[in-house]
Amino acid sequence: MRYKLITAALAATAALQFAGPAAAADLEVTHWWTSGGEAAAVAEFAKAFDATGNHWVDGAIAGSGGTARPIMISRITGGDPMGATQFNHGRQAEELVQAGLMRDLTDLATKDKWTEIVRPKSLLDSCTIDGKIYCVPVNIHSWQWLWLSNAAFEKAGVPVPKNWNEYVAAAPALEKAGILPLAVGGQPWQASGAFDVLLAAVGGTDTFLKVYKDKDAEFAAGPEVAKVFKAADDARKMAKNTNVQDWNQATNLVITGKAGGQIMGDWAQGEFQVAGQTAGKDYTCLPGLGLNEVIATGGDAFYFPLLKDAEKSKAQEVLAETLLDPKTQVAFNLKKGSLPVRGDVDLKAANDCMKKGLDILAKGSVMPWTDQLLSQDSQKQKEDLFSEFFAKPDMTVEEAQKRFADIVASAD
Amino acid sequence: MSKSERPNQLFRNLNAKIASIPMILTALVVFVGGTVWTVFYSFTNSKLLPRLHFIGLDQYHRLWSTPRWLVSIENLLIYGVLSLVFSLVIGFLLAALLDQKIRFEDTFRTIFLYPFALSFIVTGLVWQWLLNPEFGVQGVVRSLGWESFSFDPLYNSSIVIYGILIAALWQGTGLIMCLMLAGLRGIDEDIWKAARVDGIPTWKTYLFIIIPMMRPVFITTLVIIASNIVRVYDLVVAQTSGGPGIASEVPAKYVYDYMFFAQNLGQGFAASTMMLLSVVIVIVPWAYLEFGGKKRV
Repeated sequence: MRYKLITAALAATAALQFAGPAAAADLEVTHWWTSGGEAAAVAEFAKAFDATGNHWVDGAIAGSGGTARPIMISRITGGDPMGATQFNHGRQAEELVQAGLMRDLTDLATKDKWTEIVRPKSLLDSCTIDGKIYCVPVNIHSWQWLWLSNAAFEKAGVPVPKNWNEYVAAAPALEKAGILPLAVGGQPWQASGAFDVLLAAVGGTDTFLKVYKDKDAEFAAGPEVAKVFKAADDARKMAKNTNVQDWNQATNLVITGKAGGQIMGDWAQGEFQVAGQTAGKDYTCLPGLGLNEVIATGGDAFYFPLLKDAEKSKAQEVLAETLLDPKTQVAFNLKKGSLPVRGDVDLKAANDCMKKGLDILAKGSVMPWTDQLLSQDSQKQKEDLFSEFFAKPDMTVEEAQKRFADIVASAD
Repeated sequence: MSKSERPNQLFRNLNAKIASIPMILTALVVFVGGTVWTVFYSFTNSKLLPRLHFIGLDQYHRLWSTPRWLVSIENLLIYGVLSLVFSLVIGFLLAALLDQKIRFEDTFRTIFLYPFALSFIVTGLVWQWLLNPEFGVQGVVRSLGWESFSFDPLYNSSIVIYGILIAALWQGTGLIMCLMLAGLRGIDEDIWKAARVDGIPTWKTYLFIIIPMMRPVFITTLVIIASNIVRVYDLVVAQTSGGPGIASEVPAKYVYDYMFFAQNLGQGFAASTMMLLSVVIVIVPWAYLEFGGKKRV
């Protein structure tokens, strides 16, 4: 009796499986989008992909990219690849591609004319290795934003600053009102990212490129960069009482008016949105710290590991197309607070900050970011240096600059 | 029967030998093989994936000029010496006190051993909260009226390693106590009686008679503590993740970070080889004294 039941159940499941559309497959997608705003954005991708008849299996890994990437890489190199995975496009997945573990998307890209729709062009260049395209860029993220809490400045009785220098000048007033002037979370990448932003804003685009692209160690030890270190010293003093670790906790200090501001990428915008705040009224954003309005074309991209399963490979193509679809692009980027990778989409719903970003993008004021210029190894050394610099008040600016120049000298 | 030759030595206890083949293979291939492979590749410039391009001692040169590695070594030394001394002293004292035929001995033993049932991650998180200046010990004492009381080791670069040490001792001394207690119970009751007859004070009996007799227990304990010290990693990750800045970094974390975050296997291998070397430096003289010395007797 029981035996018969089981056979019947098995037969039923088998029949169900064959009944579905031929191309449908479950595709596991790994990413590190776990904060409130990010999760809402990634749900848009999942919805669009599920609508194609396939199934998005969410593989979110908490703890930001630094924690997630080793897990993703060890799964791919260990022979248990997922269907698709997020990386920051640039050099993070370079070696995986060179080892032949990633899928070549050139055919699909030619068919769908990616080179024509993706803008700026440098995005696709970061996905290209030896003339072949290996990833789908999904958004443009720029680090160079200063987020200010209007309420905090009102409480301190000073006008909301229009650039970094005014902000530094306003710091004592904030402190007097019991407000933390600048929030920098304890995760190492936050300190190192904040320095890179200062390098691009205070030093200027040329200085940034000379250090990170040409890797000119002598220049990095010189007076131009010394000015940037002076600014970093200001930032360190302003941030010295931050007692939080994660970036979104630091953003939350700004949202609640406990901190005056934060240097953080445009992903922070999603947090303001989730908290129901309005750009211009509740918070102010200054691209390029108000000094050098340029946007870096870093961002997120999806890479597709080479799979043996034909059905899943097919689903990978569907996913790649879905990610670049104009409708998905708009829905995703509005929630994420990032800029879409194609210029032909309608972004009427964008808020003030996003519009500022889009304007800068339209003007073509773009520059590459560290993910594209430096290896992970150099990035990690930089993180070690700046997390120490921000946490240790007795480390001198000269010593930090000397060590920075050493890292630049050995960078690859 | 008596004519049969002496059986071949190789086939004696054949079943036992066959049964131990898997373990011997595991030891050779996984432990020894893995170690040799790691040391070998530490002389290459392997990045994300291992590759055979030799660069001599460059990785080691870089390692020893990296401030973070030097901080890690310093932390491990402080943590190691203090945790060794304190676990042994506290563990032995607790055991000696429990050995006084007190009431509710089982209850106390359970209480002291309980923290050991928690993983280092949980221990780390618990102590992260306890040492948090706003919610933990400092907050409680301040709310009792001592406004200027300050105890925030995890947020102070110069003493952060002691904050980690406290958590480690809380977690680990229970086990040491149990080992010591077992050792104390192994001492013959007659020894105590003899000492009492001779009028030797209790503390002297412990110091000059009991402790020397407990030598095997001490050696086991020492090995357990030492291996816990060298591999300390999860506690640091849970409590401070190396912060503030790089003030509480430890070697094992350096290895992990450089192998996986920085995608620089060569550097990670070089660091882990240095860790192996430090263990060897400790173990070899000890093993020589322990096993080599017996032949002389």
